[in-house]
Amino acid sequence: MKLVRGMGLILVAVWSLAPFAWLLITSVKPTPELTQLPPLLPSAATGAHYLAVFTGHPFLRIIANSAVVAAASTLLALAIGATAAFALARLRVRHAPLILVAVLAVSMFPPIATVSPLFLAINAVGLRDTLMALIVTYTTFALPLAIWLLTNFFRQVPVEIYLAARVDGCSAFQAFTRVILPLSAPGLIAAALLVFIFCWNEFLYALSFTSSPAARTIPVGIALFPGLHVVPWGEIAAASIVVTLPLVVLAFAFQRRIIEGLTAGAVKG
Amino acid sequence: MTREHPGLFLAPAAVTLGAVALFPALAVLWLSLEERSPLLAAARFVGFDNYTRLIADARFWNALANTVYFSAVSVALEVLLGLLVALLLARAFRGRALLYSIILLPWAIPTVVSARLWEWLYNADYGVLNYLLGTHVNWLGSPGWALHAAILMDVWKATPFVALLLIAGLQTIPRELYQAAALDGAGAWTTFRRITLPLLVPLLLVVLVFRTIDAFRVFDAIYVLTGGGPANSTETVSIYAYKVLFQALEFGYGSAVAVSVLAVVALLTAVYARLLRGSMT
Repeated sequence: MKLVRGMGLILVAVWSLAPFAWLLITSVKPTPELTQLPPLLPSAATGAHYLAVFTGHPFLRIIANSAVVAAASTLLALAIGATAAFALARLRVRHAPLILVAVLAVSMFPPIATVSPLFLAINAVGLRDTLMALIVTYTTFALPLAIWLLTNFFRQVPVEIYLAARVDGCSAFQAFTRVILPLSAPGLIAAALLVFIFCWNEFLYALSFTSSPAARTIPVGIALFPGLHVVPWGEIAAASIVVTLPLVVLAFAFQRRIIEGLTAGAVKG
Repeated sequence: MTREHPGLFLAPAAVTLGAVALFPALAVLWLSLEERSPLLAAARFVGFDNYTRLIADARFWNALANTVYFSAVSVALEVLLGLLVALLLARAFRGRALLYSIILLPWAIPTVVSARLWEWLYNADYGVLNYLLGTHVNWLGSPGWALHAAILMDVWKATPFVALLLIAGLQTIPRELYQAAALDGAGAWTTFRRITLPLLVPLLLVVLVFRTIDAFRVFDAIYVLTGGGPANSTETVSIYAYKVLFQALEFGYGSAVAVSVLAVVALLTAVYARLLRGSMT
């Protein structure tokens, strides 16, 4: 029984990691060997694909775009979301449960169903092919996630602490910023991580609202990776490794927080 | 004490959600009654013409069938395998934190990256999958295989997510129940059938509906993996709508196709909200 369990665990790890291993191998294989199998492993590791990604493409610009969009959207969604979540968790809001269900419904909106009106609106206000268009959109569609998670986390701070702050003369807003927020730091980190990952990975809006490398983000850059005659698999693999790295770091450094955030909504309700 | 003014706290979120989420979700209904191009201002109201066209559009029904098949098969597999992985990982063992991080990876990376990665694994000539299996199948190039290839990729990416949710659920089951079962001499299978499964059912339903909503909206994965081909065999409703909107530049009809996704998702969301409320009380 123990042996079966152990083998099962190894199988799960291998199944999850094997595609990444192949991606890594591909990214350091010399070009002629990409179209040869066997051998599985390259005769010698090359950095040529990584070099090509950074010199032959506006890749740094695309990474910077993604970083700016994801960081700005995360900050905005957290600021706006935390404020609303505080009210839903601690203030007397009529129909708070109903509001939460409505917010949940927004998080389920299929992006394809909002992309056409948003495209027209963004075009009309002259924001097409700008990072601002993506920041506004991502902030909005990350808000439900932020509100749900943070309402949950704020409710875990005992209500007596809030009331004590109020009795001591804090306004509701001061009690929120000086007492509740600092006490909810772990929850804020969990929410920030999930929102950041959502923004870093979003594809459909980015594909529809941007048209030049000036405003292109990583998923669009990877999806539309240019190849002249053949698909440059080595370069695509190298680019994929580079943009996956931050997420790998997050997954290992903040594993507990991410899982806490993922499960908070579904399990505790 | 000073007054609380909860409305002021809610206002920024309400304005943002109203303007950028709710307004477009209503506007798309209006757009679906028009004939218009995305780049010209000119638009013509055509009533329900786009919907009569939709009902007669074989390509739409094909896309809908693909989407339903993709969602049903991938979600079924994800929940089954996710439950298996959850049971495997729920008990403490050395290196569990590391394994948690490892299974987070497929979920955390951009779907576009995983699609590119699997596209390369599936490559007919130089793909490692054919090499390992000793086959020479054109996975993404044959209508019979392509949709299943997309399903396998989705299973790879979403199973960890399901497993992690279910692990959290397993950990809420009181230990005393298992101790009592052990005292009564219940075996592993009986314990699972009589305790674990019944207590996990509410969460399983929540996960099932949540994943179905997500799978039904599928766009990134298949757009990058196959673009909807070959011969539209992997075209989902979202992809078809995108092509009508941004390649054929028919914003009216494309919006009508997109509304069909919205309608199905709205229905599923109503079920989901009910389930959540049930599991909360």
